Amino acid sequence: MPNTQQLKDLTIQVRRDILRMVHKVNSGHPGGSLGCAEFFVAMYQNIMNRKEGFEMDGIGEDLFFLSNGHISPVFYSVLARSGYFPVEELNTFRLINSRLQGHPTTHEGLPGVRIASGSLGQGMSVALGAAQAKKLNGDHHLVYSLHGDGELQEGQNWEAIMYASAKKVDNIISTIDLNGQQIDGSTEHVLPMGSIKTKFEAFGWIVLEIEEGNNIEAILKGMAEAKVKTGQGKPVCVLLKTVMGHGVDFMMYTHAWHGKAPNDEQLAIGLAQNPETLGDY
Amino acid sequence: MKTYTYTEKKDTRSGFGAGLAELGRTNPNVVALCADLIGSLKMEKFIEENPERFFQIGIAEANMMGIAAGLTIGGKIPFTGTFANFSTGRVYDQIRQSIAYSGKNVKICASHAGLTLGEDGATHQILEDIGLMKMLPGMTVINTCDYNQTKAATIAIADYKGPVYLRFGRPAVPVFTPSDQILEIGKAIRLTEGTDVTLVATGHLVWEALEASKVLFEKGISAEVINIHTIKPLDEKAILESIAKTGCIVTAEEHNIFGGLGESVARVLALHKPTPQEFVGTNDTFGESGTPAQLMDKYGLNAVSIVSKAEYVIKRK
Repeated sequence: MPNTQQLKDLTIQVRRDILRMVHKVNSGHPGGSLGCAEFFVAMYQNIMNRKEGFEMDGIGEDLFFLSNGHISPVFYSVLARSGYFPVEELNTFRLINSRLQGHPTTHEGLPGVRIASGSLGQGMSVALGAAQAKKLNGDHHLVYSLHGDGELQEGQNWEAIMYASAKKVDNIISTIDLNGQQIDGSTEHVLPMGSIKTKFEAFGWIVLEIEEGNNIEAILKGMAEAKVKTGQGKPVCVLLKTVMGHGVDFMMYTHAWHGKAPNDEQLAIGLAQNPETLGDY
Repeated sequence: MKTYTYTEKKDTRSGFGAGLAELGRTNPNVVALCADLIGSLKMEKFIEENPERFFQIGIAEANMMGIAAGLTIGGKIPFTGTFANFSTGRVYDQIRQSIAYSGKNVKICASHAGLTLGEDGATHQILEDIGLMKMLPGMTVINTCDYNQTKAATIAIADYKGPVYLRFGRPAVPVFTPSDQILEIGKAIRLTEGTDVTLVATGHLVWEALEASKVLFEKGISAEVINIHTIKPLDEKAILESIAKTGCIVTAEEHNIFGGLGESVARVLALHKPTPQEFVGTNDTFGESGTPAQLMDKYGLNAVSIVSKAEYVIKRK
């Protein structure tokens, strides 16, 4: 298992991948992707119990579902750098005939992706179904999911959140990326959601908070604690406080880079702030 | 002329329930989900015999479709059960993204389709579901005509890998197809042979087409009745072979003529053999409250209407 420094090096390389991917096609969603770089690296390199290769059924291993599919750049980069497909394929992001569609899909057969996402609010239901299938199969591995905070404005989430505790789905850990931003502005500006922690608790979930969602040690510690909370008859929610655009100073603390690519000059600045570690694709 | 009779009437949804119960005994991967309509969908037997393989979702159809998609990821074959309206229009995007685009092996089983839902009225009587579902890439669309065919279809779709929309209804209707049939997806069934007009019908209108063929026979008109249980993929060969003999066609369905079986048939004819066609279906309208028989009569979805359209389409040859 990689040590903390190796995880940090990989995170920086993932940030470079994200910036270069969206810059090349002048589209995509860098802000949320950068904010979740540490989380994805921690999950795929340390937290999740994964098998070699990829099988859709995922029996005998932990599963991950990305519900807020627009942060596909970080998903693709970490999947590639975790061995699911060649890193060179990141070059094809959002291009015609690519397996790396704008939003993740199973349709083109990209290893590592088990559901299409992008139309928001659907991932938790899918993750719950996969978790219940694991129970039926006597498979004691866990199901993880990631959701945006703005995404919780979609009502289907609350159907799923209500169901999960009612049916005691305690082999799921759903993480909410609390970056406080969405396309039209801050979540406080667009639609204030009050205390997400209180809401999940009221719906019968165990809730843990990771205050430093861009600190790899904090994520490793927090997710390890979350794992301990599984199997106790309740679903587990992790509130991950991140900064959208983290690691590129002019992209941080704003919603402006939610769905906008950097130009040549901005790319150069962003890359300079994240010097190459493991080698660009 | 080959004639069909029946000794009893049964609801097609009970055929679904019986098929699901049989699958519960024969296929350990089959699981069932319901959004608070167990009794309406006749799922009790499956649940009684396989409680661990049943998921009561509550009144949350969007969540149900997502959970069904997720269950496939553990190798399960989920059958979702609710009314046709809540199986399609209410959850179109969930089906589109999480099931159809994701290529998930989910069987969307929809009862109370069309006007014959009856007294509950237009809020519950969907007449657009065939169109909605046939437009989804990769979705198979089946609409069965009686108890036995619905049971056979339920069993058949478990062995087919891919998303399926199975549509059936509420009222008791004549049981006239064999109890031992094996349904072949995409294969039309020619019920009667004829030379003057082809009647292509699906769902509850199949029996009406048979009734119409008897009336037409007495009038000296030889009608060929085709039971199209699978609307997508459509058995184009069966349709083209029939119209090669008859030269005209009437399609009949408990659905809006916009987007239904009739338009699928018209496409086949336009591509291969332009042929006079008349449509029996609802005409760009919502339904309303009433008994099933009253509604089918008011909206022209019965044998009388099929006879009238058949006589007219023959004149257009």
